[in-house]
Amino acid sequence: MTDAPKDRAEDEPHSATLPAESHTHDAPIIEPDHSANQVAIASQWQLTWWAFKKHKLAMVGLVVIAFLYLISIFAEFVAPDDPSQQNRRAVYHPPQMIHFFDRTEEGLSIRPFVWEMGRERDPETLAVTYVPTGEKIYLELFGRGPEYEFWGLWTTDIHLFATVNPRDSFFLFGADRLGRDMFSRVIYGTRISMSIGLVGVAISLVLGVTLGGLSGYYGGRTDAIIQRMIEFVLSLPTIPIWLALAAALPPSWPVYQQYFVITLIVSLVGWTELGRVVRGRFLAMKNDDFVIAARLDGASERRIIFRHMLPSLTSHIIASLTLAIPLMILAETALSFLGLGLQPPAISWGVLLKEAQNIVSISQAPWLFIPGGFVVVAVLAFNFLGDGMRDAADPYVQ
Amino acid sequence: MPLIPMSSDARPIVSIENLNVGFAMRRGALNVLHDVSFDLYRGKTTCVVGESGSGKSVTARTILNMVPRPGVINSGRIMFAPDDADARDLTALNPRGKEIRSIRGGRIGMIFQEPMSSLSPVHTIGNQIIEAIRLHRDVGKKEARRMAAEVLAQVEIPKPEKALDRYAFEYSGGMRQRAMIAMALSCHPDVLIADEPTTALDVTTQAEILDLMNNLQRDLGMAIMFITHDMGVVAEIADEVVVMEKGRVVEKGDIHQIFDAPQHPYTRKLLGAVKRLEEPASAKVRPAADASEILKVEGLQLHFEKREGFLQRVTDVTKAVDGVSFSLKQGEALGIVGESGSGKTTVGRCIARVYNPNAGSIDYAGRDLVAARGGEMRDTHKQIRMIFQDPFASLNPRMTVKQLVAEPLVVNRVVKGKELEDRVAHLLTEVGLEPAMMERYPHAFSGGQRQRIVVARAIALEPKLVIADEPTSALDVSIRTQVLDLLLRLQAEMGLSFIFISHDMAVIRYFCDRVAVMYRGKIVEIGETEQIITDPQHAYTKALLSSVPIPDPSLRGKRQRHRYREDA
Repeated sequence: MTDAPKDRAEDEPHSATLPAESHTHDAPIIEPDHSANQVAIASQWQLTWWAFKKHKLAMVGLVVIAFLYLISIFAEFVAPDDPSQQNRRAVYHPPQMIHFFDRTEEGLSIRPFVWEMGRERDPETLAVTYVPTGEKIYLELFGRGPEYEFWGLWTTDIHLFATVNPRDSFFLFGADRLGRDMFSRVIYGTRISMSIGLVGVAISLVLGVTLGGLSGYYGGRTDAIIQRMIEFVLSLPTIPIWLALAAALPPSWPVYQQYFVITLIVSLVGWTELGRVVRGRFLAMKNDDFVIAARLDGASERRIIFRHMLPSLTSHIIASLTLAIPLMILAETALSFLGLGLQPPAISWGVLLKEAQNIVSISQAPWLFIPGGFVVVAVLAFNFLGDGMRDAADPYVQ
Repeated sequence: MPLIPMSSDARPIVSIENLNVGFAMRRGALNVLHDVSFDLYRGKTTCVVGESGSGKSVTARTILNMVPRPGVINSGRIMFAPDDADARDLTALNPRGKEIRSIRGGRIGMIFQEPMSSLSPVHTIGNQIIEAIRLHRDVGKKEARRMAAEVLAQVEIPKPEKALDRYAFEYSGGMRQRAMIAMALSCHPDVLIADEPTTALDVTTQAEILDLMNNLQRDLGMAIMFITHDMGVVAEIADEVVVMEKGRVVEKGDIHQIFDAPQHPYTRKLLGAVKRLEEPASAKVRPAADASEILKVEGLQLHFEKREGFLQRVTDVTKAVDGVSFSLKQGEALGIVGESGSGKTTVGRCIARVYNPNAGSIDYAGRDLVAARGGEMRDTHKQIRMIFQDPFASLNPRMTVKQLVAEPLVVNRVVKGKELEDRVAHLLTEVGLEPAMMERYPHAFSGGQRQRIVVARAIALEPKLVIADEPTSALDVSIRTQVLDLLLRLQAEMGLSFIFISHDMAVIRYFCDRVAVMYRGKIVEIGETEQIITDPQHAYTKALLSSVPIPDPSLRGKRQRHRYREDA
């Protein structure tokens, strides 16, 4: 089909004789209304954004991801409790609901609270159960809790929300076998799990774009060598290698150093995919008319690559990166779950899920699976976002 | 000649009545067909002619009830066999239903523009035709195969039994289109819809396919709806003509009426644009008789080597350019004409040094371009500029018009700052665009306007020689002449020399002083344009010229077609 309907109004004003005068008419994309002018001067990013906005699921994904990253940036502030604070009196404490409508003798008022739970031991089975005591624990916004260093800048004890009485504690997502607040732990886990993807993907990006670009632009022997290298990396059995590397990490290393090395390991495999995509695009684009035109204009090789070729790729690169991040998150979760990734006291979704590995948690404390829900939501959101970005990435191809 | 008695007893087989089709777009509904009404008659060829975006393909698809998404039929009827007892409205049928599927392919066949993409690459031609037959007829495999061989013979494919077991890639472009026609004919449809079936083919192949369709129509007596943008093709094949513009039928009628007494201004314009290309441009400035030679090409050779394996060994050699010699005078326009694969584009790119020739010499104003390197090459690129075929592909969509036109000025450090902006504004005015448009991106321009931007970029460095590679073939006819006139004006003003590469004899005749005819990497004939057109010497040139469709229906069938086959 050569005549796509959008070309309709694009046809030039028909005047076979004097071309110069006929061009006072604009050539809007669809219909000559006021927004046509806006489309005419819209840059690639604006067109991409307009196309992206139409993708409802992707917009949902974007909001969810923005929310998760906000949480991880302000983890200390959002979490009401210290994630490693143990509490022997709250082992496997069940989740508590926040209530907003407080009915007291003075009448109905809006004030958030949770019902306090008391610890009781069944006299026959000796099992611990929690029953409501009938007392209310009031909560407040910007209340005081454990002290923390805000981004290493200053020390404070203000949290997004906390109990009015600092000695009380409450468990939104319940507590684990050491009585630690799951909600705070999930928040801290979000920080590590969501950022491990970013760091890993950043490394993949640098490796993939550089090696893929070289491979595609120069071709020939360079291409052959890099492609064989990619095939070699892809042929490595990943899990045994992770096993070996994780075992080789000295346990004396601090948690964050281990974390960094694990990211590095994951991304050393991850770049190959991107490398191939970039190589393919470069290979195809190298002979595109507009690149040849730039060459004939006398542009230097550097200018051709960075000014003419890479901008056409950015949207695609971003889209494939967005789709790569969830893979990294899943890899980290899987590794930590198997005990090869991060080790406690580091907190990530995978580490938290490892706690849910036994029968007790299924029967008595199903809330320990909540981090799994976060993994699912985050990965889905990234996939939706990536899908939307990929569809919107090239606004000129329709 | 399909000489069928005129309208009185010709019964319509498809009757389109007040068809309105809309597309749901981002900014509301966009109507693409407005009140389209016309009939297709048994035993007649109806040409639907119009430029891109006129809605002709949408009409064709709507007949098959395959409105491309996001289109919707708003109103109107398409009656199939309106006189018969089983007359039905095609638009009322379920687009996925059984009834419409039995009509598609069974009673209405369709062939498309790109024969390569409409044939499956992984099945033999025979299997595809047999499948089409067995979908619509209750016959055994053996019988279907016999019928398939029969239709292949009907479309004049040699050795049909053997051809059945071939794959699409083993066929040439013309053969593929024949196979497509065979497939469409395999169920003896009442109507054949052909959507630009010859646009992607070379002109000699096009002539063969048109002859074939004329013959088939005469033998089978079906109705043909032939969609095209080419008035020459219309003159060759049509009985009835429907002219469409912007989703409306502006004129319809008998072929002679349309060509001899066109009523609507748009029809007149279409014909005028074609007729103007029948002769050299009146505004053409001939080069001075004593003009010096600016370019001399001798024994140019470029072989593409196919390398395979890790060691990159040469496994195959294509001789794209095989010993080409010509010269070009100051202010002269030399046309290079030939079919796809003749090496004409490669010659142009060798001169611009996009490709490095294997052998031969290119002498540009005393400078050896084959040996030129680095600075010398950069300097040459300022004087020799290129215009590309596809204005959509040759403009970087990520840059504004200002950045695009300024690019050669910037990288060669000619001007900068405010002066640069003035220069760009001046260049845009020069090519007939508003300077105010310079902040826009290429997507906001139509094909013709984009080609003007490309021209502005080409002349930005005040070159001496411009290599124009099919600069008008991606454009509609009416815009084609505008761009050619622009180039002619610039040639006169700036004293440019042109190497003008095209497959279209009419465009060459309009624009070029001399023409070189290329065939399989070699120049078979070179000389003054008028002389070559009126008195071709080489057999290939004769074949080429006799295949060009002439927009005059009264000449139909009076010409002798030459065929040219080089002994391998």
